[in-house]
Amino acid sequence: MNNKLNLNQETIQSCRKYAKDIADQMQRFIDQHTTVAVERTVLRLLGIDGVDEFGRPLVNAVIDHIVKTGDLSKGISHYMGYAVHDTEETPQEIARRVAAQKFDLSIYTNEGRCPYFGELMPFFERTLARVDAMKNVRSSWIDKTPKKTTPSKYVIVATGNIYEDIKQAISAAKKGADIIAVIRSTGQSLLDYVPFGPTTEGFGGTYATQENFRLMREALDQVSEEEGRYIKLVNYASGLCMPEIAAMGAIERLDMMLNDSLYGIIFRDINPKRTLIDQYFSRVLSSYAEIIINTGEDNYLTTSDAFDHAHTVLASQFINEQFAKKAGMKESLMGLGHAYEIDPNMENSFLYELAQAEMAREIFPHAPLKYMPPTKHMTGDIFKGCVQDALFNITAVSTHQSIHLLGMMTEAIHTPFMSDRAIALNIASYIEKAFKDFGNEMMFNPDGIIVKRAHDVLQHAHELLQEIKDEGLFQALEKGRFAEISRKPEGGKGLSGVFVKHEIYDNPILDALKKRVKEGSHER
Amino acid sequence: MSAKSTWIRPYGDTENDGKVQLSFSLPLELGALGEEAAKKIALQMGIHDPAVVHAEALSDSFSFYIVYGRSEHQVDISSLHVVEAGHHVMTKEEVEAYIESHFIEPLVFVGASTGTDAHTVGIDAIMNMKGYNGNYGLERYKGIKAYNLGGQVDNEVLLQKAIELKADVILISQTVTQKDVHIENLTQFIELLEAENKRQDFIVIIGGPRIQHGLAKELGYDAGFGPKKYAFDVASFAVERLYSRGVKVKK
Repeated sequence: MNNKLNLNQETIQSCRKYAKDIADQMQRFIDQHTTVAVERTVLRLLGIDGVDEFGRPLVNAVIDHIVKTGDLSKGISHYMGYAVHDTEETPQEIARRVAAQKFDLSIYTNEGRCPYFGELMPFFERTLARVDAMKNVRSSWIDKTPKKTTPSKYVIVATGNIYEDIKQAISAAKKGADIIAVIRSTGQSLLDYVPFGPTTEGFGGTYATQENFRLMREALDQVSEEEGRYIKLVNYASGLCMPEIAAMGAIERLDMMLNDSLYGIIFRDINPKRTLIDQYFSRVLSSYAEIIINTGEDNYLTTSDAFDHAHTVLASQFINEQFAKKAGMKESLMGLGHAYEIDPNMENSFLYELAQAEMAREIFPHAPLKYMPPTKHMTGDIFKGCVQDALFNITAVSTHQSIHLLGMMTEAIHTPFMSDRAIALNIASYIEKAFKDFGNEMMFNPDGIIVKRAHDVLQHAHELLQEIKDEGLFQALEKGRFAEISRKPEGGKGLSGVFVKHEIYDNPILDALKKRVKEGSHER
Repeated sequence: MSAKSTWIRPYGDTENDGKVQLSFSLPLELGALGEEAAKKIALQMGIHDPAVVHAEALSDSFSFYIVYGRSEHQVDISSLHVVEAGHHVMTKEEVEAYIESHFIEPLVFVGASTGTDAHTVGIDAIMNMKGYNGNYGLERYKGIKAYNLGGQVDNEVLLQKAIELKADVILISQTVTQKDVHIENLTQFIELLEAENKRQDFIVIIGGPRIQHGLAKELGYDAGFGPKKYAFDVASFAVERLYSRGVKVKK
């Protein structure tokens, strides 16, 4: 990647060093803890699915049972290892009986370290075989899909009904979309369980459920077939069920998932400890399943000023990069987020946006950067909105962003109509063609506004990372370093689901995943 | 004014030409039938001489139309009633001077985006230092203590915080309005206030892209502010209302 902005490589290296220190400190904390969501994910990977007679997911029934009557700090694998050994039943059968209160797992609480993990592994291998098959399907599709050098066009569907979402997604794919994101119902991130089955309700989107994932993937496979190119599917993992939803995504072949280490903390007031522990398992799973993660730095700029706080986005990208590396993730899966949100009334706003987008590209040359459109300064003037989106599109194409989330002229009015999306795709396709190689022709005045802006943002990010390294990430969050929102380590939702690991705690499934990710033995 | 001049139609380039543009999608594949259906729909909306100036396929079973035509309908503006907050709007400096001269202690504003609504753009625009579009938020006003509780705040939590912080004014922002979820949530907050016998303790104001003053009054709020309203609009209304209620007023 060329260095048009002449960024100081030593400063960039130093940023990475600070971010690594921040992630190292936090990883020590993460490794000492588990959560209800992590343990439920283990159960899902053992093949447990479905709900009990009250509609409660079986994985919740089992974990709630242990929290109430046993000791979750020993890990659910401890209990399931013994149970499978004793009963010779499948984890699914055991879970059904636990949910019906016909099996009390707490009888194993005082047993020593479980010697029967080997008996759990075949169930886990069965799930992984399914994930492997999905990876193979995906990569053969990607091989068949014509390669392009311009960004992938990403649009959202958000009708609140999975069957309407499918119609909208098909239309979007036919209009040239490369990636479809199904928006979740507002508030799902705060549910401490994953709803079950197909859903036709929700506000601002419908629920992320395994069945909804499957239905949408099936529809997109069909349209991929018709279009002769692979249409990628996105949903959201961030929230109280982050690793569980990542597991469901791996099983149903989602291609990208929103998976930020800090987003839930800052914007959903989820407990910081809970989120940081959960994001780790979630990212190990995504690394294994080759799901591109999307991080949520763009959101900082909807709360804070996009010009004054651009450096917080960059600092957070460095931190997210290091957390992803901790989870064994390849750079090609790190969809670091940023956004085009500078106030259009600002003089030279386009130059600053260009500077920031080019800067992100040069600092993270191999990451599939996710670039978000204007939202904060969209007004309801749909005609001006088209032009705001056009300037954003030009920036996305010219600075070689990877995941190009299209702006909607009706942003701030309603969730997009089918026609809003089609218009956005038409405009983006036009600009994609018209500006195709513009970025390669572009040079910047070495003493000009754009170069100076990029240098300033990098310098500020460097200072901020140094401060965060010195104070620690928990304290940085408490000080409101990101989005000017303060979150305390003991505050927010979900803290009661965090457990310090007991000395006999084991998570053979996470260990196996980590090992395979590290060895790259999962690679074809 | 003559009687005739109170009747108006949309204006294209000539008085009374009634020219309008509309665009919509139909659940039909693109083709002659779709265009005919689009024209017919326009006619039924009272659009004369509808011209489909653009039509395109959205998928195999949906199509999109841009239509121009002349509206047959007209309105008598003398018969219209508009409900606006109807207060006089002061600048930030005027609000600060008003507080200084009328009140004995700082006024407390507590705000949140409530229910399942996670969007804080609206409440941030009104409350945060930076404000929006060059108009500072309430946090920066002298004489105002502003507490922004952020998004997805339960109604119960908002009320509890308002009591704890001794709020004079409660601000509620609602952005997601799909299936009227905001109406339900806003109604519930008023019911909660009444159940707790607290309705008279606060000025309660709502805001959001789909909120109007009329709706706010209907739901039992003191005022509602829609798009293009800033902190000074909200503050102007609130300080005058507090003064008229005699809250913290200088004798």
